[in-house]
Amino acid sequence: MKPPAIVLTAPGTNRQNDAAFALEQAGAAPVCIDLLDLPGRRGEIERAKLIVIAGGFSHGDALGSGRVFALEAERLLGDLLPEKVSQGTPILGVCNGFQMLVRSGMLPGALQHNERGHFECRWVSLQPSSQLCIWTRGLEQPVRCPVAHGEGRYAAGTAVLDQLRSGDRIAFRYAADDYPANPNGSVHAIAGVCDPTGLVLGMMPHPENHVTGRQGRAIVLPEGWGSALPLFRNGVDAARQS
Amino acid sequence: MKDTPPSTSEPSFTKVIKPCGAHRNRALTRQAGQLGFAGVSLRASDIFFLRGETDTANLRIIVPRLLDDAQGEATRLEVGTTTVPAGRLVIEVARRAGVTDRVAAQLAESAARSGCRIEAATGSRFEMTGAGELPEKDLRFLVHNLLCNPVIETWSFGEVQPGFTFVPTEESSTVEIVPLCALPPEGLARVNHERALALDPEEMEAVAQWFTAEGREPTDAELETIAQTWSDHCSHKTFAARIETDQGEVAPLLRQLRETTRAMNAPFVISAFDGNAGIVAFADGVRLAIKAETHNHPSAIEPFGGANTGVGGVIRDVLAAPARPVALTDILCFGPRELDHHNLPDGVLHPAVIEEGVVEGVADYGNKMGVPTVAGAVLYDAGYTANPLVFCGCVGEVLQGYDKLSGPQPGDRVLVVGGATGRDGIRGATFSSMTMDATTGEVAGASVQIGDPIIERLVADLLVELLDRPDPLVRALTDCGAGGLSSAVGELGEATGVSVDLITVDRKYAGLQPWEVWLSEAQERMVLAVAPAQTAAVLERARHLGLSACDVGEFTGDRRLLVRHGTKPVVDLPMEFLHQGRPVRRLRAILPSPDRRPDTRRREADIPTTLLALLAHPNIASKEAVIHRYDHEVLGATVIRPMAGNDQSGPSDGTVIAPPHRPSGFALGIGVNARYGLYDPEHMAHAVVDEAMRNVTASGADPAQTALLDNFSWGDPRRPETLGDLVATVRGCCAAAQLYGAPFVSGKDSLNNEYVASDGTRRSIPPTLVITALAHVPEADRSIGTALRAAGHALVLTGRTTREFGGSHFNLVRGEESGTVPAPDPSAPARYRRIHALVREGLVESAHDVSEGGLAVTLAEMVIGGRLGVEATLEEPDPCSALFSESLGRIVLEVRQEDVPRILQSLGDEAVVIGRVVADYQLRLGTHAWSGAALERAWRGNAG
Repeated sequence: MKPPAIVLTAPGTNRQNDAAFALEQAGAAPVCIDLLDLPGRRGEIERAKLIVIAGGFSHGDALGSGRVFALEAERLLGDLLPEKVSQGTPILGVCNGFQMLVRSGMLPGALQHNERGHFECRWVSLQPSSQLCIWTRGLEQPVRCPVAHGEGRYAAGTAVLDQLRSGDRIAFRYAADDYPANPNGSVHAIAGVCDPTGLVLGMMPHPENHVTGRQGRAIVLPEGWGSALPLFRNGVDAARQS
Repeated sequence: MKDTPPSTSEPSFTKVIKPCGAHRNRALTRQAGQLGFAGVSLRASDIFFLRGETDTANLRIIVPRLLDDAQGEATRLEVGTTTVPAGRLVIEVARRAGVTDRVAAQLAESAARSGCRIEAATGSRFEMTGAGELPEKDLRFLVHNLLCNPVIETWSFGEVQPGFTFVPTEESSTVEIVPLCALPPEGLARVNHERALALDPEEMEAVAQWFTAEGREPTDAELETIAQTWSDHCSHKTFAARIETDQGEVAPLLRQLRETTRAMNAPFVISAFDGNAGIVAFADGVRLAIKAETHNHPSAIEPFGGANTGVGGVIRDVLAAPARPVALTDILCFGPRELDHHNLPDGVLHPAVIEEGVVEGVADYGNKMGVPTVAGAVLYDAGYTANPLVFCGCVGEVLQGYDKLSGPQPGDRVLVVGGATGRDGIRGATFSSMTMDATTGEVAGASVQIGDPIIERLVADLLVELLDRPDPLVRALTDCGAGGLSSAVGELGEATGVSVDLITVDRKYAGLQPWEVWLSEAQERMVLAVAPAQTAAVLERARHLGLSACDVGEFTGDRRLLVRHGTKPVVDLPMEFLHQGRPVRRLRAILPSPDRRPDTRRREADIPTTLLALLAHPNIASKEAVIHRYDHEVLGATVIRPMAGNDQSGPSDGTVIAPPHRPSGFALGIGVNARYGLYDPEHMAHAVVDEAMRNVTASGADPAQTALLDNFSWGDPRRPETLGDLVATVRGCCAAAQLYGAPFVSGKDSLNNEYVASDGTRRSIPPTLVITALAHVPEADRSIGTALRAAGHALVLTGRTTREFGGSHFNLVRGEESGTVPAPDPSAPARYRRIHALVREGLVESAHDVSEGGLAVTLAEMVIGGRLGVEATLEEPDPCSALFSESLGRIVLEVRQEDVPRILQSLGDEAVVIGRVVADYQLRLGTHAWSGAALERAWRGNAG
């Protein structure tokens, strides 16, 4: 049976269909639910085996990226997301979803304006670097996919960075420290981090935009290399076991 | 947050100061340097003005919860007067009341959710150092170009007054009567000028005559409605005009384009030159809507807002098709970036400032809508300094309900959904039809709208919900663009008649005059015709998404446009007069006589430096600094992207979009070359159609299944020479469409792109035609890029090269004027079809067309994209022509060695092997060689 998955959105989210497509490719059965549909559709989230918080510009990022999304999720869902994690449900926050998870305190650190001061869309190479994170566990080759954000520079204090490092919680690093490989100036080239359980991954790049050979056809040689589909398969495998 | 001691006097508001951070300060300081103010350094903060329940307890909730950032600099509270740090100049800026401000609205809303009722307004503070010696005039230039746009913001040295909720003048339902009937011609001219109606004298005469016959005078709103409906922007009266030339009368330009399309009878054209967008169907079950618009004048006076709403407007055109938007294009023309600000015409923003604002405006709207911006061009010419051009295009997938749109039926309701109506953007259609001058920024301030892409995102979601079904809940729809409700309602009700009550229109704030509600160009609004039985459901769905939605009237059946404000009549006009009453414009054109004599002069140039100079020319140089600011990946359907190669280091020709679940897709190609237009407008049209066709062919699309879009940006057509160029260009467009078998399906003209400086001199833009090609890609998996793929492959040049330097970039970098514009190539269409067949056989590894700068630039770009090398022979007797001529119809193909015989067999003597791909990162042309790094340095400049 395909594990039921939720793609959670807020007004202004725009990559929900991309995320749903990637989940389908990986063997899940996704549906999109917007915060506006709550509380009516809360039950579907309660029953979900996997949750993706999709990218975009929730509420126009009017008070800073992901902030209103996080506040509204807290108002409408209460502690449901942390409860899902304690039940073993894998959660992936991509881009604005990562920003939302950071604003809501489910992941540490902050996502600041890109060093260059503006939105940046380009393909990057990601080095998977955590065996704790259920999403990156066992990934052997780098993942290639695009970034598309203006506020993605990962920042954290030294104590948090030490915890992340010692706890094997840095899930992805950009291929190098400098621009453009590290497109936003993130500290230690961090592209994604996970929570202490390894279930919750937040990342700025968009793995959902490289799950077929054709999506990378003109940009990746050899063709098909660096697909992010194994990441989603990991998530779906974990969802099956939860 | 740090509290400053409370001031003794009672403050009317509290300020929260939030430093923007180093990224912003660096950018501002860099931009100041670019404008010629090298020693100036800037520090920026956001200001949030709060009033209402702003006691300490509430602020202790609001500030940390809604404004503070983890890891960011701390916010500061200021109550009362600003303290100016010594040695610094402090400038504060506040957004004007009534201008769209999503941040302020969100702040108030989120504060209310946290139990604090406040009002909010936003602004900025800039602390400037190193400006001590600047004269006041320079300082003001810097403020107006970098820190603030007075069109939407107020500013002052030191403390600024915030623009809280719009404080209206008296709530009013005044309907003014404008006496016209007894006026002599000069009186009519005065009314025309005072009310900025932008009508021709004959049109004013026709209006006065009509009202005289009716035995009454017009209301203000009636006059404005007529002016909007009859504007060049809305009625295309130049393209519908009778034009007398020295060679006799020519058919109206729009009719020529339509007739050309009709005569071609292409099976894939579903709808051409009708409604909001052209519609084509290449693959089974997929119909595509396409449209491109310009937003030139608004972008000249408020670059961000102008470009932002240009994108928003064209997306609404496609939504109205109705279609789901899937790709955006943008073609931008600016003055030279390095222009000394002392040489700027009065009241004109610096080209670098316009470019920055426009690019940010395009990026902001497309990125937030979640529609990829995938194709475009950026051109520079001194002619665009006072009048930049911003072409925005959109492609959408037509919704299922398209076939069931019956048009409004008498009794149907008129619904307005999306954003609420405010005083923004009044008179946009007439403004865009006027020539600009030094005071335009002041008087046309209200013509600028600020967009809210998130609202449009939700409007798109709503329309998909209502219309992507076999039984759509909407009978007809159109967008509110230029002219606002007056155009949209007038257009939708043309066949039936319509009656609306302005009191029922949702307003952003009170105090609007009836005519302002009627004319407002507030953004993100659509007008729907909905059967009474469905009205409640449609309103409910719109409101569920948080959109404004109101029922403002009904479609009648009496073929009149009836507008009331409560019981007060505002407009009462028969549709026939409004839509058919405009006298046909009569214009005179002097046709150009271009020099097309064969060019007998062999060019000599230093080849190594010439190539580098071409690569470094702003028109040819890398556009990556712009491209990477657009999300070109959202929707996951981008196959060939605007940058090519493993490192996204090279330029692409066309772009290919194909949803990941579908085998086929479409390609977009853009052709534009205003320089050719200066010398030979008719051949320019051929050349840019050819360029658009080359681009889609070179990316793997089928040139036999391609539709075209025309966008003309021109000067004042009442000048016979300017109109003559336009007539010649349209002739070229029609001939080229026939030659390539590619019909035009939609188009748009933006005329009067001129600026009158305060000394009376007129500046017109170069005649600028943009052609967009939308082509079928039958197998997206066979799409090809421009970057070299592998060492050992052969390079084949297809097409013929002759000596054609007129309007070339070779001439431009050498300061020459001579030569002829590249001539049409009648053999190109058949050759492109053969190339496509080779692509379908899987025989083409990469392909890149030859355009500005000629073959040498093409090969250099393939090298840069692939980070591989090229070794090519150069045995020509005339190397400059071989390398730098811009003859049409040429594409370079990269093919496997073993396939060369098959390629040559197919293309015959129109193809020649010119060299091979090598592993070393370099370009070698005969005895000349450049390292890849040197090519890249020239082409990328400071982009990296």
